[in-house]
Amino acid sequence: MTMVAARAEVSTRELRWRPDRAGAPIVLALVLIGGSLVFGDSFASGQNLGNIALDSSYLLLIATGMTFVIISGGIDLSVGSLLALAGVLTAYGAQWGSAVAVALPLVVCAVFGLVNGLLIGRAKIAPFIVTLAALLFARGCAFAVSSEGNTVHIIPADLLLTRLGQAGWLGLHAPVWIALAAFGLGWLLLNRTRFGQAVFAIGGSQEATELMGLPVARVRTLVYVLSAVLTGVAGVLIAAQTSSGLPTIGEGRELEAIAAVVIGGTLLTGGAGSLSGTLAGVLLLKVIQNLINQVGTLTSYYQQVVSGTFLIVVVLVQSRLARRRRR
Amino acid sequence: MTDLRTALPPRTEMVAFLQVAGVYLAIAALLAFNLVFTPNFATVTNLRLQLVQVAPVAIVAIGMALVIATEGIDLSVGATMAITAALLPLYLGYGVGVAIVIALAAGLLVGLVNGTLIAFAGMQPIIATLGLLVAGRGLALVFADGRLTEIFDPTLDTLGNASVLGVPISVLLALAITVAAGVAVHRTAFGRRLLATGGNRAAATLAGLPVKRTLVTVYVLSGLLAATAGLLTTARQGASDPSFVGLLIELSAITAVVVGGTPLSGGRVRILGTLMGALLMQLITATVIQQNLPDSAARMIQAGIIVAAVYVQRGRGAA
Repeated sequence: MTMVAARAEVSTRELRWRPDRAGAPIVLALVLIGGSLVFGDSFASGQNLGNIALDSSYLLLIATGMTFVIISGGIDLSVGSLLALAGVLTAYGAQWGSAVAVALPLVVCAVFGLVNGLLIGRAKIAPFIVTLAALLFARGCAFAVSSEGNTVHIIPADLLLTRLGQAGWLGLHAPVWIALAAFGLGWLLLNRTRFGQAVFAIGGSQEATELMGLPVARVRTLVYVLSAVLTGVAGVLIAAQTSSGLPTIGEGRELEAIAAVVIGGTLLTGGAGSLSGTLAGVLLLKVIQNLINQVGTLTSYYQQVVSGTFLIVVVLVQSRLARRRRR
Repeated sequence: MTDLRTALPPRTEMVAFLQVAGVYLAIAALLAFNLVFTPNFATVTNLRLQLVQVAPVAIVAIGMALVIATEGIDLSVGATMAITAALLPLYLGYGVGVAIVIALAAGLLVGLVNGTLIAFAGMQPIIATLGLLVAGRGLALVFADGRLTEIFDPTLDTLGNASVLGVPISVLLALAITVAAGVAVHRTAFGRRLLATGGNRAAATLAGLPVKRTLVTVYVLSGLLAATAGLLTTARQGASDPSFVGLLIELSAITAVVVGGTPLSGGRVRILGTLMGALLMQLITATVIQQNLPDSAARMIQAGIIVAAVYVQRGRGAA
């Protein structure tokens, strides 16, 4: 009886209006409507929206993994460098065919994620430091594979991977579909499995979760593997799109991904957050960048000014709303 | 009663020794290696070059150490350097003194915004300063219209390239800042407040300490030091380069602090260790370059050093 009552109460609480969570989707809707009204067809055309979707897909893949990491109370600074490493390895592996071109970067990224995770979960070193070191190491590897940036490996145009990567379906590019599929699977994993529950629990209180007997170290390790592999997928897709792997890409992407996750209402303190918020956060960042490009008089530097200010304003508003709700 | 220290197994003793002396030992080892294997290492020109290159990182890292001591982090330091660099040529027409004051004031302002967001609005340091990292670099590029500007100014040239008694001015400045920060942390009431704020914010607040004011002061100091580093870099290069000056320096600074033995969990800080951490990272890069190893090797070695340093220090309180 009491169990049922408690569960009912929890579900109504879940359903109740959450202004701090709904912030990003609402602002996104407003920005989309405003953009369409002001810029008309140059913004709201299928081609432009398709480009925004393609641009968002890589960030969505990275930010999906980052959401798991941040909800578990950690942070992953290595994703920008891993993106470059994955791209370089895809192009490097392409000489042995599509299967190697996909498998090599994903396996290497998984190993990076595993080492990150073990150092954080088992050796209990601070996530910020471990992934900072991985950021340096992965970037070093990316440069080493491309002989210090002097060799650019090119993916042959007739390769299956290239054709798949540059294909489209229903007006959207292949990376968009792959990112959406990964996002959907991630949503199920976070919200409908024991693993997802454990991620939330660890972020809420690691000690309590340990006392409950959940495999804390294993779950903490796995979220970093997940983050690294999803970043690897994004790297493979970028390489397939551009037919090459450059060791210089992805610098600062980790910060963009963290910004998207935070704008989506996930707390950096861990234990609370949502993937749907992250999706809205990713789209918001990319739509705003696109809108600024639409204004002919503004240079692209304003993108950064607006994105940075936007991050601060959104987080401020969210924390105000959350505080009011708690009262 | 057995003395607790003698009861410790020898391995623990060695770890404890490494925790304190690790960074110095590593520097000594690298120096010895270079003295033996690197031709022309122990020349005045080379040593001066290494010190000049490390000075801006060391200055930024000292500010970062103070911030980290309050359990914070400042990602906006590189962007602050860019803003400083962008503003300098714009105001040189009013005199070099005015330009320098405005550039430093900009750093102060960035720190003030950071500190206010963190202390009064309760934002997490990493988010507030991430916002300023992104917006600040953009703002600098807007100011400079994205261009590199060459600067011809005798005062700035002196500041960037002259030496006093054979020691470059930027190196002297870095040393002076290290000493001042060391004194401030260990000998003043401000230092006590700083460490109390980082060690246990709630207790510090309950004890009636001006926690919010301390936090704002720390971020203002970090902004000012970053602006100083931006000023020195621009002066040395003889050019304002807002796209690249200070790029990713926040990571080098955090690395120096962490390798120097300051935990990210706040409440403790090692100023001299931070300076040595910066020096160690510089020495690694220099060694790799002078041994004709690829640049990628430097990054991998640095990554290994970071993990090793923090792994060794794990035992000291919360890692």
